[in-house]
Amino acid sequence: MTQITITVNGKAETRDVEPRTLLVHFLREELRLTGTHVGCDTSQCGACTVHLDGRAVKSCTVLAVQADGGAVTTIEGMARGEVMHPLQAAFKEEHGLQCGFCTPGMIMSAADLLARTPQPTEAEIRGALEGNLCRCTGYQNIVRAVQTAARTMAKA
Amino acid sequence: MYPASFAYHRATSVSHALELLATYGDDAKVLAGGHSLLPVMKLRFAAPAHLIDLGRVPGMSGITESGGVVTIGAMARHADVASSAVVRAKAPLLAEVAGHIGDPMIRNMGTIGGSLAHADPAADLPAAMLALGASVVLQGKGGSRTVGADQFFVDTFQTALGAGELLVAVQVPVSSAACAYAKHPDPASGYAIAGVAIQLGASGGRVALTGLAPRPMRLAAVEAALAAGAGAAAADRAADGVEFIEDARGSAAYKANLARVFTQRALTAALARK
Ligand code: FES
Ligand code: FES
Repeated sequence: MTQITITVNGKAETRDVEPRTLLVHFLREELRLTGTHVGCDTSQCGACTVHLDGRAVKSCTVLAVQADGGAVTTIEGMARGEVMHPLQAAFKEEHGLQCGFCTPGMIMSAADLLARTPQPTEAEIRGALEGNLCRCTGYQNIVRAVQTAARTMAKA
Repeated sequence: MYPASFAYHRATSVSHALELLATYGDDAKVLAGGHSLLPVMKLRFAAPAHLIDLGRVPGMSGITESGGVVTIGAMARHADVASSAVVRAKAPLLAEVAGHIGDPMIRNMGTIGGSLAHADPAADLPAAMLALGASVVLQGKGGSRTVGADQFFVDTFQTALGAGELLVAVQVPVSSAACAYAKHPDPASGYAIAGVAIQLGASGGRVALTGLAPRPMRLAAVEAALAAGAGAAAADRAADGVEFIEDARGSAAYKANLARVFTQRALTAALARK
């Protein structure tokens, strides 16, 4: 076992983990933060996307020990109390989800994009979401949701 | 999916990593960003007993230019290589190719050194390395050596990296020559089914193929035709002298055709930028 401390959604969490523990399992099973999903488990679908030290990463392809000492933000860290993050509100408003399985990953990838590129073009949005697969929506409304969120965030 | 159990070692310096490598030898694998290694460990295609993590070794991810050479630390992430002002200005082909790897999240974790040492025959970077005439710096306990890309990629998942050696940096000669990368990505994995990188020179140029053959390679017939002034028509020679092997991705004839098509696309784009 290896002792690690990861700051998750602003709170330092110290645990003993097996070195082979993947970050996604640390989040879901150790911390019970089940908003981060496992879709493919083969680094393709992006359902497991979280922010590690400010960058979107696939937590199914990161060892928890690699994130030791780092800061992780998951979908649970996006809302402010009862107030949804503008991306969450926009996905709801624009019907950017159907079953919702891909949504946490979509939102974390989109949040990384908007942090770097507050007014993205449609091509930039589609490029940023290249590693996020959705089985339901056909992507149109997801792109629209990111555009809506970008407008809301520009006003705020 | 979990990888098989392993003992985890966090290297604190390059020399510490080399010591760990010397101690555990063939039972050890080096972990950089983990985006080549962890997927194969999860599938249990690899089950190293020891993992040596370079993630905390300071000073391994810098990007600098001096004396006509761009030096990129092995731990530089693909996203940082793709967006680096130095790389974009002095080795634009490398920036372009790094920006084609996988997807944004993969580029945020995957490293240039990790990808090159893994030497997946469908990886994007080897095509850029060959077209750029770039080299890798391999550090051993007794010192370091510089190996050109033409010698580095030996075969499928095989490189010139010796036992006990660590790939510590990549060196790229500065060039502002016209260049381009054309890629047909596998829709699931993002790896190149076909990828052709071209760097034009004063006369002719370097042309390299990844994805279609067991290892990345220069396309000698295309380069000869370019040097002889064939222009875009040089792409017709892309399958000459290359042995394509039929597999799940297609027949030899299909692969030869892809080689010609993607060479033509890369060449047309590079010539247009001249
Ligand atoms: S579960 Fe991580 S990419 Fe699909
Ligand atoms: S909403 Fe169902 S997978 Fe995207």
